[in-house]
Amino acid sequence: MTIQFYYDILSQPCRTLYLFLKLNNLSFNKHVINLAKGHHRTEEFKKINPISLVPFIEENGVILRESVGIMRYLCREKNIPDHWYPKDHKSQAKIDEFIEWHHIGLRFPLTMFFRVCHLEPLLTGKEPLKSDVEWSISGMKISCNVMENFWLSNDRKFLFGDHLTIADLLAAMEIEQPRMCGYDPRNGRPKLTAYMNNIRAETNPYYDEACELLNSISAKKLSKQEIKSNL
Amino acid sequence: MSLKFYYDLMSQPSRAIYVFLKVTGIKFESKPTILGKLGHKSEEFLKINPIGQVPVIDDNGFIVRESVGILRYLCREKGIPDHWYPKESKAQAKLDEFIEWQHIGLRLPCAFYFKLKWLEPRLTGEKPLESEIERFQPLMLDSCDLMETFWLNHNKKFLFGNHLTIADLLAVMELEQPKLCGFDPRQGRPRLAAYMASVKSETSPYYDEANKIIDKLASMSKL
Ligand SMILES: N[C@@H](CCC(=O)N[C@@H](CS)C(=O)NCC(=O)O)C(=O)O
Ligand SMILES: N[C@@H](CCC(=O)N[C@@H](CS)C(=O)NCC(=O)O)C(=O)O
Repeated sequence: MTIQFYYDILSQPCRTLYLFLKLNNLSFNKHVINLAKGHHRTEEFKKINPISLVPFIEENGVILRESVGIMRYLCREKNIPDHWYPKDHKSQAKIDEFIEWHHIGLRFPLTMFFRVCHLEPLLTGKEPLKSDVEWSISGMKISCNVMENFWLSNDRKFLFGDHLTIADLLAAMEIEQPRMCGYDPRNGRPKLTAYMNNIRAETNPYYDEACELLNSISAKKLSKQEIKSNL
Repeated sequence: MSLKFYYDLMSQPSRAIYVFLKVTGIKFESKPTILGKLGHKSEEFLKINPIGQVPVIDDNGFIVRESVGILRYLCREKGIPDHWYPKESKAQAKLDEFIEWQHIGLRLPCAFYFKLKWLEPRLTGEKPLESEIERFQPLMLDSCDLMETFWLNHNKKFLFGNHLTIADLLAVMELEQPKLCGFDPRQGRPRLAAYMASVKSETSPYYDEANKIIDKLASMSKL
């Protein structure tokens, strides 16, 4: 059965899943949900997914949400090389350690910066509060430093050695996101820079394909009004 | 003893693991790591977890951090009854759906509300910032509503049927936390109230044991 894949390519976990599907040659039908246009808030969408979040997949009438859960499921069900999420118990526990940390440890602070400093001012027309700006920028920097100084401290090609795991895709796609509002976590972080280059090289052409829209938004250094219309 | 457990009962995920270890009868050596006494900043603990967070386990020299990872690891390694985290692939994927959602969907708003309103004022002596509370309070209310109207939108005893899963322990411990600052998610949410009562009675007496400290603090702040 073909997988039905619901996504918006400007969403980090959607890009992760897109890459995973492509790299593993899993065939899927695309259902593009444009978050900026509020497609996820329509009644029709809410009937399929009442919690209004992308990505999700549907296969044989079963809906599965949450990028991490979906990838674990596909690793069990499809013919996926073991390195993506090893069956060995201890390796799996180490990968889980990163994955479970990343939600509040990495994704949340980077997304918060984006919301506080860019999205909310555009939506409300008000300048962000100084205390919010300071808090969100410092949270983002702390999190990027934990990547550089802790998770990547052993100078391996990827987070868990010479082979890609699902953790690398999740990390890379979150780290790409704040470039859309002018902050590149690579700057001043040599390990993170090398790591991001390794992932891109290993997963191209799909990496660039997944990041195409993000790259063009970042390159245009959009005015605030333009960012709004693109999100 | 081979399994060491580093925890603080003030911490939601620590309580989830505590109840799990007790209910499943896994023997462990207790390593209380009290955040209020900076136990998580001690040199000894930072060797075990450089990120400085509890809970952590050390299973015969193998260190596992992150509550979800710890619970999944214990279910694979310790011959735990299947209902806690079913091996069947689709059932597992459904559990993962909740577990991965709850980090930002439930834990984050409840824990931030607690941190802003209860913890930080006690540490700094300063009043909480209203602008930040205004950000997290509505998120917390939304996520409690989503528990009531979406995740518990069925007539089952627990999130995934009539047996407990690791998802239940994670959920209830996050939902208990905001009572420290006067918010009880059960109020006005009958399904959530019945659900939390079911988890409590099913895991008795360990549920109350795990929540002993926050229960006491909550009743003190009411006075
Ligand atoms: N933990 C989820 C995150 C899903 C999520 O937050 N998706 C965002 C886009 S990145 C979304 O759909 N937002 C729509 C909204 O919040 O209204 C996953 O990894 O799949
Ligand atoms: N995602 C982690 C969360 C761990 C966590 O945030 N622990 C808190 C207590 S609830 C902590 O140790 N905080 C101390 C600190 O961050 O300094 C898990 O589920 O284990």
